[in-house]
Amino acid sequence: MNQFQYIQPAKQKAAIDALTKDAKAMFIAGGTNLLDLMKRGLAAPEKLVDINKLPLKKIEFNNNGLRIGALALNSEVAQDKLVREKQPLLVQALEAGASGQLRNMATMGGNILQRTRCPYFYDIALPCNKREPGSGCGALAGFNRMHAIFGFSDKCIAVHPSDMSVALAALDATVVVAGPQGERQILFTDLHRLPGDQPEKDTILERNELILAIDIPDKPFAQKVHYLKARDRASYAFALVSVAAALATDKNIITAARIAMGGVAHKPWRLFEAEKFLEGKPVSEANFRSAAELAMQGAKAFNHNAYKLKLAPNSIAAALKAAAGIA
Amino acid sequence: MEKAFFDQDNNDNSLDRVDGRLKVTGAATYAAEYQLPNVTHAVLVTSTIAKGRITSLDSKLAEQAPGVLAVISHVNSPGVPAYGSSPAMPQRATLGTPLRVFHDNLIYFSGQPVAVIVADTWQRAEFAASLVKVQYEKEPHQTNLEANLSRAALPANVQRDKNSRYHDYDRGNPEELNTAAVKIEATYKIPTEHHNPLEPHAIIAHWEAPDKLTLYDKTQVIKGTQGNLARAFKLPLENVKVQAKFIGGAFGSGIRVWPHVMAATLAAKKVQRPVKLVLPRELMFTSVGSRPETIQHITMGATKDGKLTTITHEAVAHTSTYEEHTERTILATRMLYDCPHVSTRYRLVNLDVNTPTWMRGPGEVTGVYALESAMDELAYALQMDPLELRRRNHADSDPEKNLPWSSKSLKECYAKGAAHFGWHKRNPEPRSMRQGQMLVGYGMASSTFGVHRNYAKSRAVFQADGKVIVQSATSDIGPGTGTAMTRIAADTLSLSPAFIRFDLGESTLPDAPGQTGSTTVSSVGSAVKVACEALKQKLLQLAVNTPNSTLYNTNPADLSVEQGRIFKTGNPATGVTYTEILKQNNLPQLEVTEESKPGAEWQKYSMSAFGAHFVEVHVNPTTGEVRVKRVVTCAGVGKVINHKTARSQSIGGVVGGIGMALTEESVMDHRFGRYVTGDFANYHVPVHVDIPPIDVFFIDEHDPHVNPVGAKGLGEIAIVGVAAAVANAVFQATGKRIRDLPITPDKLI
Repeated sequence: MNQFQYIQPAKQKAAIDALTKDAKAMFIAGGTNLLDLMKRGLAAPEKLVDINKLPLKKIEFNNNGLRIGALALNSEVAQDKLVREKQPLLVQALEAGASGQLRNMATMGGNILQRTRCPYFYDIALPCNKREPGSGCGALAGFNRMHAIFGFSDKCIAVHPSDMSVALAALDATVVVAGPQGERQILFTDLHRLPGDQPEKDTILERNELILAIDIPDKPFAQKVHYLKARDRASYAFALVSVAAALATDKNIITAARIAMGGVAHKPWRLFEAEKFLEGKPVSEANFRSAAELAMQGAKAFNHNAYKLKLAPNSIAAALKAAAGIA
Repeated sequence: MEKAFFDQDNNDNSLDRVDGRLKVTGAATYAAEYQLPNVTHAVLVTSTIAKGRITSLDSKLAEQAPGVLAVISHVNSPGVPAYGSSPAMPQRATLGTPLRVFHDNLIYFSGQPVAVIVADTWQRAEFAASLVKVQYEKEPHQTNLEANLSRAALPANVQRDKNSRYHDYDRGNPEELNTAAVKIEATYKIPTEHHNPLEPHAIIAHWEAPDKLTLYDKTQVIKGTQGNLARAFKLPLENVKVQAKFIGGAFGSGIRVWPHVMAATLAAKKVQRPVKLVLPRELMFTSVGSRPETIQHITMGATKDGKLTTITHEAVAHTSTYEEHTERTILATRMLYDCPHVSTRYRLVNLDVNTPTWMRGPGEVTGVYALESAMDELAYALQMDPLELRRRNHADSDPEKNLPWSSKSLKECYAKGAAHFGWHKRNPEPRSMRQGQMLVGYGMASSTFGVHRNYAKSRAVFQADGKVIVQSATSDIGPGTGTAMTRIAADTLSLSPAFIRFDLGESTLPDAPGQTGSTTVSSVGSAVKVACEALKQKLLQLAVNTPNSTLYNTNPADLSVEQGRIFKTGNPATGVTYTEILKQNNLPQLEVTEESKPGAEWQKYSMSAFGAHFVEVHVNPTTGEVRVKRVVTCAGVGKVINHKTARSQSIGGVVGGIGMALTEESVMDHRFGRYVTGDFANYHVPVHVDIPPIDVFFIDEHDPHVNPVGAKGLGEIAIVGVAAAVANAVFQATGKRIRDLPITPDKLI
């Protein structure tokens, strides 16, 4: 780890200015990912701008929906009465993520911006285009059991590791972002990028932009929900595949469906086609199966992750069933 | 006659851990926590290639970095005197030359230390380490066991030793397999596993004088480390002190003197200040050994009514290019069941990796996984209950050595475990048992581990204040050695445990073997017992020889002792306390040192512990996830010294077995010869929620032959067989026989 300066501004503008002025500065909030990156030699900021003093912890509800401050802790949000009432899918996803200790430190904004857990990314002795553009993708012909089946490129097949982000993608959330030019809103599904030719870029954010809050609209599909996470052990393991499913129904007819997957792509993977397919159709296992098959079109496996081609549709159907409340 | 059982609900007056309070309050001092004045901090630079040589090592930037005191490598190492002669430092059961740290520019595995940075703070050392530029000339490496099976060979150390037990073994005529009524054949694989104790390996090396070395080291083998370092640096034995009073788990990773120990010692010599070196978790995968990857092929033949006729068992494991690590993989196959025709083969393949080592249950845990999986397969081929198959093939005496068992309670383990588990409720048909959506499976396996015993010494000192200090240079990696020894001393001396203090963890104490192979109670416990017995006799003699004692001139044989008070048997009113005897003789203290070692009993008896595990798993048919729902484990291990800590030890073994069965795997990317699962995010040990209720039972075994204490050892057998029981349960739940561990969801879906 290199020597670095540390500042803790009390004002949002000062924080953003610090990054604008200093190309080697980085924000730090909970630090649950950044500290690992620094210890393993993947990040070497010369200045850490601690944003924990900024007033970004509030959780509030208005007519449009829920607004969660970027610095609210994962554990606080998961235990918040309002959130539990309004957005149970988010709660399920949060509680499926990391460990209790990590959730006590990790912030909402940090969770969104955490980096992939691809082992090639973390070992500086191995090639990784995300860490060192042009060095090659170690996982492509290597150990890729955890890797993408959708949306990858020949430069990168890593997946985004967050559970929470999968739920946010399904829930039509938006993020409120501030930069030197002021604030902007980004649809959550547009925030993370596919790797393409620039796998080093995880999101469309500029490096001096700061996430202020997450907005989750109040929608009719918010209550019939399920987050399914398949993993190697019962807790504290990244998803092999996860599915966030949300349904609105009227007399057994699906009026709205939202489905997103984790562990399958460089970003939370929304299943728009499957959602469209389900809308207007009756709740049934057969329809859920068909939706799952539709969602799997275009999936492609590598040496060690072919199991996802079966695990993913199984999980989609199972999550939809659980959301709909059918056995 | 039916034997008595201790079950977990019995109040058997177990002691709490004597050091429990220290551990949970943080008052226990572990290796890295010693506060030495002037201490410096070391960080290793390790090789990024698996084979080749260093062509240049540029440390200029590192040397100029703030706080850096030295950068030590093969270029400027102060040198290890014994490296000059070859082979240096012989290691028990591991033939070859231990890696010679900073000796030359050769690279034997990725992760090999190539330099060490010493700085005034850890952070500065860490940063400077990132500035060292190492250039290599790569050579093609081999790290893939399966791709190198054609090079499998009988270990050279076996070839040289005609008494080795790893020679090809044939009993009867293994060709009989061809005529067996029912036969099975299968190949089982276990991956490389890493011990991963919670406390990383750590050391503080301190040269107190140019010829005096003190190490605060996380080691299971205190005297062995002392001897090793004394030989390496050509120092008188007494000039090397090793201290390891508390160890946060090791599971075998602390049995050897590893390269980081030499690196810290060399660094301390160079900077002439104490040097602290703590391995980061990533380096725990290449610095302190591993369980070897092992591929095993088993065939079994049986009569129609389930009598085993033939077993063949071939095991191939990996080792490094510079050392051979051998372990007991195929030995249980020769003695666990009564079978006339048995053959075993043991082979190693050397690879460009660091040397593997013993990991909890070493050898047996690997071999019994295969053997007990094969037994389950045979039971299905016979359409016979797997437990009944094992009963029918029970070995009433040791079929390999043709000796009676010193004691054995395997049948009682089967009966007790099956009854408590409810084995009779099992429907053997795969996929026949369900709970909601979940597929339910019951599986069982036998377990065994040999009894071992080594030479050990103990000192017992009775002090004027009534306290007894008992000492031996053993370590305690977690089983509760201090607690067990306190119990043995208290019982032998007829004193309350509150009066006993057991000292361990220092090389200045009387000789003890390493804490390995479930030998501590049998070896050190025996020495403690013998020493305390001698102390008691000395006190009795004093009592009858002291003119002003009420017991003067009594025949010692007519005396009894209770709670530290000696009295005439049958007449408790006439007596004297231990402390009074000392006072009457004006003695400040009374001290004895005794030794204990195995003897002729080993020619008369075969000695092993046996047990059985019963496991229920639930498998999610949608995702392939396996969750263990309950475990019943039952063992006959001779005398259980302290039930509470023994139960903990058994639970720990089962947890390790569940990890082995379901999650633990070190994956190497053979293109680079580097592990790609080298941290806790990728190397999955079970977490709390993975562990179900575990019911532990011990059969009360009286074994007068094994050692004076009557205890066989428990640490290893607790894990042996667990993985097979889980895998067998998964088969019954799903109908899928997964023969390569761990059984992860991708293999079941």
